[in-house]
Amino acid sequence: MNAGDPLADVLYIDLSRKKHWVERREDLFRTFLGGSGVAIKLLEENCPPGTDPLSPQNPIILATGPLCGLFPLASKTVAMFKSPHTGNLGESHAGGRSAVALRLAGYGAVVILGANERPGYLAIHGDRIYFRDARALWGMGSCFTVGRIIRDNEPGPGLRSIMRIGRAGENLITYAAVTTESYRHFGRLGLGAVFGSKKLKAVAISGQRRLPVSDLKSYRSLYDEIYQAAVASPVMKKYHDLGTPENVAPLNKLGGLPVKNLAAAGDDGAEAISGERMAQGYLGRRLACSHCPVGCIHIAALREPYEHEAYFYKTTMISYDYEPTYALGTMLGIFQPEDLLKILDAVERVGLDSMSTGVALAWATEALEKGLVSEKDTLVKLSWGDTSGYRQAIEHLVLRSNEFYRVLGQGVRTAASRYGGLDFALSFGGNEMPGYHTGPGAHLGYLLGARHSHLDSAGYSLDQKNLGQEPMAPERLARALLSEEQWRQVLSSLVLCFFARGLYQPEVVIKALRITGYELDQERLNLLGREIHQLKYRFKMREGFDPAKEKLPERIFQTRTPAGMLDRKYMEETITSFLSLLNR
Amino acid sequence: MRLNVVDTDRCIGCQLCMFACSRSHGQPGLGGHRLWVRSAGGMERGFVVIVCRACADPPCAAVCPNQALVPREGGGVVLKPDLCTGCGHCRNACPIGAVGWDQEAQKPMICIHCGYCAKHCPHEVLGMEKGER
Repeated sequence: MNAGDPLADVLYIDLSRKKHWVERREDLFRTFLGGSGVAIKLLEENCPPGTDPLSPQNPIILATGPLCGLFPLASKTVAMFKSPHTGNLGESHAGGRSAVALRLAGYGAVVILGANERPGYLAIHGDRIYFRDARALWGMGSCFTVGRIIRDNEPGPGLRSIMRIGRAGENLITYAAVTTESYRHFGRLGLGAVFGSKKLKAVAISGQRRLPVSDLKSYRSLYDEIYQAAVASPVMKKYHDLGTPENVAPLNKLGGLPVKNLAAAGDDGAEAISGERMAQGYLGRRLACSHCPVGCIHIAALREPYEHEAYFYKTTMISYDYEPTYALGTMLGIFQPEDLLKILDAVERVGLDSMSTGVALAWATEALEKGLVSEKDTLVKLSWGDTSGYRQAIEHLVLRSNEFYRVLGQGVRTAASRYGGLDFALSFGGNEMPGYHTGPGAHLGYLLGARHSHLDSAGYSLDQKNLGQEPMAPERLARALLSEEQWRQVLSSLVLCFFARGLYQPEVVIKALRITGYELDQERLNLLGREIHQLKYRFKMREGFDPAKEKLPERIFQTRTPAGMLDRKYMEETITSFLSLLNR
Repeated sequence: MRLNVVDTDRCIGCQLCMFACSRSHGQPGLGGHRLWVRSAGGMERGFVVIVCRACADPPCAAVCPNQALVPREGGGVVLKPDLCTGCGHCRNACPIGAVGWDQEAQKPMICIHCGYCAKHCPHEVLGMEKGER
């Protein structure tokens, strides 16, 4: 790290005592770089074993990394906490302006401790920290309005991030999200509920520091090299043109797109909500995270008439991505673009994780069909494709209207353990399934990944690369998943967007790190990736996660993947192999 | 040559121009940038791009009590730091908000129309133009 880099400054905020202080933690940032690496160490230090995730003792860590603010696409903030959803490691990444704002406010990480007595929000403007009153914002219907009010009250337009929760977080739904810049999310594993438990409505951060580099001339030239490669790369075109929904049509064609709680893995109807069709009919604007030329964020413009008054229209700007299209679209049998946009908007307003919400509602629909629950429980008739029913159910979920919704608000595993239907509860380690039924790699990745995310080890990508070939030997698949996840710890410690993983090959990472005052070779980076992954796994196990006891949901064995029916024995062998590699 | 906003509606808010400007002024990160991109009231409404228009008769120069801002050929002004006392009148005189402020030096930060930002705009929002304004 270069002398004078504010990266090593960790801002501690104690909400209970309304105190804040800065500790210089070069020890952490020199060894673990930033992001995931530093965050897991700070989590270990600040989260005692057995902490109740919704108690004041659960810390919230927000971390950025050395390349952020200096190089393009180093644009993520890593949040770590103990997850109220799975009961072990909570880790979620988001972009928007969050990472750059945190870094240029002069911090490498923020640690939020304790809890507010009354609803409040934090404003961090460089070295000025304010504990603001948020009583008037609590219970507000829409996340968008909360954002607008805080924007009006705080300085720093263009240089700030406003991370906020909706009613889902306030009401402690264990898969509530934290939303930043209207459309980006710390979506998974329930950071929103942790905010809610602390009566922390939002964190606004702004700053505009200059950052030290080892050599200005070589910095500028390396920057241009990376920039040119970024704008010329096919990834840039893919994600700028259609965004992540580009994947809808190919996955549907392939037979890897889960439909109606994975009763099927494709449907002719899905064509109507493909990236192409959404762009043609609805794309209204594209946005980027700070310092990212790609701009993958796609916003649809939905124009709707008011039913009872002629010539009264409203136009709503709604973000759509691949995963929400899967979870709230195809999983619920919703194939009409306007229906999809309306349900996406409903989830956005209340601040739920769209993926867990969709999977939870899909399970509930099937449970109702099968008679495991009745309409007395669900309060509305849930049926595939019925958007209006699902929108009402989302409101019940957020309001925790009855016992059924209180339980469903803790995820499908909890709900199915209570009401039955575990066979078709698409939960992996307690987290709801991402949108790829591509083969063994995807599902094993969800189960074994430290975040139970498709982005942990990208098994869906391995599956697709391996199509038409002999299945990989279990040990080879286990090794491939593990080594991908280990390397991604380096990327997420540098807070590089995973879309840029092709651009930031190890040799580029090493050069960029040199500019920021780190001398590391590839071997050291690989070892670091492995160590961070082990630390994360150690935290998981300490908090009760036992991969050997985790079960894959039956449903995945009942629906054909593009690689054929999944073989139970093969899956078990791969798990065994993964665990033995992990412990080596 | 001077900097020009070709099409604000193409802006995706990536702020690569701001980082480029700050970098070209020897200040990696942000803090030395002379143009601004911010949302037009939430990301849902798109962006505002603020650049120096290179006025033919620049009000910032007109209000400077010490002639520290000298009109530049082709429009805009050049700062003579030695003459500047940091009074800040120039900043107040620019209705666009295109005069930045260096908190450390207590002096204005003014676009020199070098075009480095436009070279780093991936979506042709910024360009360079010639001729009289």
